[in-house]
Amino acid sequence: MSEAAIRIPSAAQARSHAAITEPRLVRWALIGVALVFLGLFLVVPLVAVFAQALAKGLAVYGQSLVTRDSLAAIRLTLLVAVLVVPLNTVFGVAAAWAISKFEFVGKQLLITLIDLPFSVSPVISGLIFILLFGRNGWLGPWLAAHDYKVIFALPGIVLATLFVTFPFVARELIPLMQAQGTEEEEAARVLGAGGWQTFRRVTLPNIKWGLLYGVILANGRAMGEFGAVSVVSGHIRGQTNTMPLHVEILYNEYNLVAAFSVASLLASLALVTLVLKAVLQWKVARQLALAADAGGMKP
Amino acid sequence: MSIEVRNISKTFGKFTALSNVSLTVQTGELVALLGPSGSGKTTLLRIIAGLERPDPGSGPILFQDENVARRGVGARQVGFVFQHYALFRHMTVFENVAFGLRVRPRKLRPAKAVIHQRVTKLLQLVQLETFANRYPHQLSGGQRQRIALARALAIEPKVLLLDEPFGALDAKVRKELRQWLRRLHDEIHVTSVFVTHDQDEALELADRVVVMDHGHVEQIGTPDEVFHSPSTEFVTTFLGQVNFFRGRVEGGKLYFATLACDAPEHAAASSQPVRVFVRPHDFEVDTHRNGAPAFKATVVRIHSAGPNARLDLVAESGEPLCVEMPLDRFRACGIGPGTQVFVSPRDIKVFTGDDQDTAPSDPEPIRSRQAQG
Repeated sequence: MSEAAIRIPSAAQARSHAAITEPRLVRWALIGVALVFLGLFLVVPLVAVFAQALAKGLAVYGQSLVTRDSLAAIRLTLLVAVLVVPLNTVFGVAAAWAISKFEFVGKQLLITLIDLPFSVSPVISGLIFILLFGRNGWLGPWLAAHDYKVIFALPGIVLATLFVTFPFVARELIPLMQAQGTEEEEAARVLGAGGWQTFRRVTLPNIKWGLLYGVILANGRAMGEFGAVSVVSGHIRGQTNTMPLHVEILYNEYNLVAAFSVASLLASLALVTLVLKAVLQWKVARQLALAADAGGMKP
Repeated sequence: MSIEVRNISKTFGKFTALSNVSLTVQTGELVALLGPSGSGKTTLLRIIAGLERPDPGSGPILFQDENVARRGVGARQVGFVFQHYALFRHMTVFENVAFGLRVRPRKLRPAKAVIHQRVTKLLQLVQLETFANRYPHQLSGGQRQRIALARALAIEPKVLLLDEPFGALDAKVRKELRQWLRRLHDEIHVTSVFVTHDQDEALELADRVVVMDHGHVEQIGTPDEVFHSPSTEFVTTFLGQVNFFRGRVEGGKLYFATLACDAPEHAAASSQPVRVFVRPHDFEVDTHRNGAPAFKATVVRIHSAGPNARLDLVAESGEPLCVEMPLDRFRACGIGPGTQVFVSPRDIKVFTGDDQDTAPSDPEPIRSRQAQG
């Protein structure tokens, strides 16, 4: 673990790098293709969103954001995110903790289940909730009898969003926590720390950047989710319309400026998420490198 | 604070890590648990610490006559040093050492100034007081290990347990730290148990050595006892190099290679096969018969870079063997490759019985079990 030992592979890497370098022309061609692709499919659409939103000037842009329905959609989206993200943070940490620090029967199954929302189409996810809580669903009659509204109401939207954003935090934390192992926690316990003290003083600081990264991804998805929410929301204007659904409605009404104005907010959220993601990714990589360096590696 | 464990067993699924192990460590003693990988030594250490639970039906774990078997790991007040240090990577060296004091319940927690004083003293003890504000990743392996030790000592443990404390260090640092730990132990005299697979480490450092294999204790004794009077075949072959011969005892005589020696303890035996072990330095080598019972052998290879000359030989009966002799004697004898020599064993260990599995089964006679991961 001496400095020399670290330097040698990096020197070797640099050498092999030089050996596989392509002629300048090829390099530029490849970079050019990548940039053109990126421009066509990412930058141009993004610019188009803002251009359309501002097509009739800033005043109209502002006005279309402060309509009653738009404000309601923004409020609902924020409310859903505020409810969903903390819940999934807790679930995600608990699941990652269980998977990475303990051995138990059915662990593989749990890992697979956590990935389920990634592999199932969001529309199907929404339909599952209709099937469960809808008027003709399994729990529908009971809910109706007790006057609980789940489908076409806030609880349904929250449930659907919870489902589709479930994997983000857990997926981000599992590899990090697995790399870090359990020795630090054991050391804390031997030194007399209780379970909560161990979590707060040892585990949490070690995973904080990864956790924040997962939270940001989950938040981005929670605010932007369309498919699952679309199925369970019922598109009631001013009541069960989230921002993505509201964009669709406005667009279908040929209210392009208003549609793109709301869309521009989502796009801005995406940009902020991207920047934060880049910063956090760097921090997580550092934490992982420390895990390997500080003796977290297994023999 | 003495440690005593009685009849401890531990299974992981179908794997038996420990079966019925008993062990006593006297107050102030430094004891090594020595054995190959999978011998159960680390499991035993972790059970003493409370990091693993022994199987139901196991006996008590006594710290000075007090059974701590039902006590949680935090309540046992043990200092534990992990093989890979397990320092808290996001905390400074100072905070690492202070951790055990800071997490105490408020009533028992020392005042800030007291914590500061004690941590500083510990850092002085491990000679790293100038590193208080560094992070673990800024330290070398040896420094990290010393911090891990300081952190373990901070809670004033009743016993100190070290899991392969030098396993992850390179050879030179390992040797230095070993001597340093011995001096430290002589200074603070806390009852200590350490796990190692390195026989040199165990024999050099420990007051007593517990040799383990396959979840059993094979022998407990001082380094001198386990090295010179091994009580089982495993201990004989595990500690140091040894030459192995198949032999036979009959009517008070031991026959192996082309040799017959007196073996009065086997007087009653009628042609019983035995396994014979002789350490390389327990052979006398001469260029002519000198009266002692000896067998003829031919020199194959010579390693003379060291205080002793090591010779690879082939006995007349065909068995290869390895002997060691002082360098000056080797020079005086004028031995070279191909020389005929006479080899007489001074100290022979003979094991009878059917436990063939512990005897080396391959034809290679020289058992050299060096450090293995």
